Amino acid sequence: MSVAKPPPYDLFRLATNVWTEPYWQAAARGELVVPECSACGHARMPPTPFCPRCHSQALRWVTLSGEASVYSYTVVGHAIMPGMEQHLPYVPAVVVPDDQPAVRLVTNLVGMPLSALRVGLPVRLVWHYTDEGVGLTQFVLREPPAS
Amino acid sequence: MKPVQTAIAGLGFTPYYKRGRSDPQTLEELVGKAILSACDDAGLSARSIDGFAYFAGGFDTGLLCETLGIEEVRFSASLTGTGGGSAGCIGLAALAVASGQAHTVVCVGANQQGAQRFGAITASYAPSPENSFFAPAGLVGPAHLFALLARRHMHLYGTTRADFAAVALTMREHALTHPDATQRKPLSMAEYLAAPMIADPHGRYDCCLENDGAVAVIVTTRERARDLRQPAVPILASCHGGAGDWGRSIYWMNMPDEVFASSGHAMVAQRLYEQAGLGPRDIDVAQIYDHFTSQVIMQLEDYGFCPRGEGGAFVRSGAIRHQGGSLPVNTDGGQLSGGYVWGMTHVREAVEQMRGSAANQVVGARTVLVTGGPSVLPVSGLILGRD
Repeated sequence: MSVAKPPPYDLFRLATNVWTEPYWQAAARGELVVPECSACGHARMPPTPFCPRCHSQALRWVTLSGEASVYSYTVVGHAIMPGMEQHLPYVPAVVVPDDQPAVRLVTNLVGMPLSALRVGLPVRLVWHYTDEGVGLTQFVLREPPAS
Repeated sequence: MKPVQTAIAGLGFTPYYKRGRSDPQTLEELVGKAILSACDDAGLSARSIDGFAYFAGGFDTGLLCETLGIEEVRFSASLTGTGGGSAGCIGLAALAVASGQAHTVVCVGANQQGAQRFGAITASYAPSPENSFFAPAGLVGPAHLFALLARRHMHLYGTTRADFAAVALTMREHALTHPDATQRKPLSMAEYLAAPMIADPHGRYDCCLENDGAVAVIVTTRERARDLRQPAVPILASCHGGAGDWGRSIYWMNMPDEVFASSGHAMVAQRLYEQAGLGPRDIDVAQIYDHFTSQVIMQLEDYGFCPRGEGGAFVRSGAIRHQGGSLPVNTDGGQLSGGYVWGMTHVREAVEQMRGSAANQVVGARTVLVTGGPSVLPVSGLILGRD
């Protein structure tokens, strides 16, 4: 049975700015945080300089539990550029955190049989660290697949 | 005073080359060839072009002036964003002409994919703080990004790969009888299903071609176009933009839930119809930006040809076929089976349909809709008519 593998992380190079840096600092210590506007409470991802609702620049970083559900996903089964082959199949996904449903995160589903994939699937966060110590989110099945 | 009416007076294009096969021509050379051929078609000297309207950043106007011996430039502008502006650059040219800023404006699109295939273009973008929130996931190309919207459409509305296949197979059917289409072999459902799965639910035949080539058109006043060599093709409407909360769409993935599984075109569609004083029922033929079969379905919904969620059934009904369809779509085979020049092949086919000279002519067609590529804002649309 095909199992979702981690994606080709070697293709990724992190870039940050003053607004996104706190996210990556938290990720490096294993915390999933998202910014909420401290004036009106509106949550946004990725972090940006203004609240799109009230234009305040003040924000607070809220730590999430890492429990989420799958909003959408795709199974990548074919290499269209070098560096992908040994990572197939991998599963990019959009997930909605249970405790902050106003934002969606782009991530990967890993370690689960492809037959388990569905929209609405409950998943939980595990961290992957690159050699440079960059923390990247992965999501695994919250409950083991029914036998 | 009545607003100045505008028209397309000239059309030019290079052959559609397989990716990388336009070597040793340079990109500027392909652009120049398309412009010269558009001027020749209109019966104008390229030296008299006084405006350039582009999309996706466009080309180097100064270099084009050096190359083509342009006498004076009075307008040079590009829509921002990416392929979303392919149809809307015609509107940009029309604005320049209608306001009197310029008189003879060229719109040109071109791509050359020898060094970088568009299929994996996302992975070639320089790292940025914003892209760092999706790039680790291995979303290396547009097919992967748009697959997330397609999956969501399937989940919400029960759309299936058989629906996507109906788009792919119809485009191929149209390509078979178009002399410039690059894909001239019939495509069966079995072949469609057996093709490699690029990013589920997008298989190889759900993804557009990757070609080299250039297409250009000349925009001037409707009155002047009537005095030139070809039948004037009036620009009935062209606009660009979109709902602000569509944002960077596929690079953001935080669009509102109600429109996530869409093409982001709904507001442009509404404005386009208002400008033209027409509705979806008045459109005789449509050139719908087909980078992916799934996005053809979502655009047909956003442009009101069927209710949201019913695009799959609409395409499966045969409605989009040249032979017997109520709304023939991509009569040149589209970007899926004809040729890919970043949306400009759709403009070419629209002009030919309105001139009555298309290879797969829709008999009696008096209006044609062209859409720009669903992508980041702005997206765009265009409606052409007959003089």
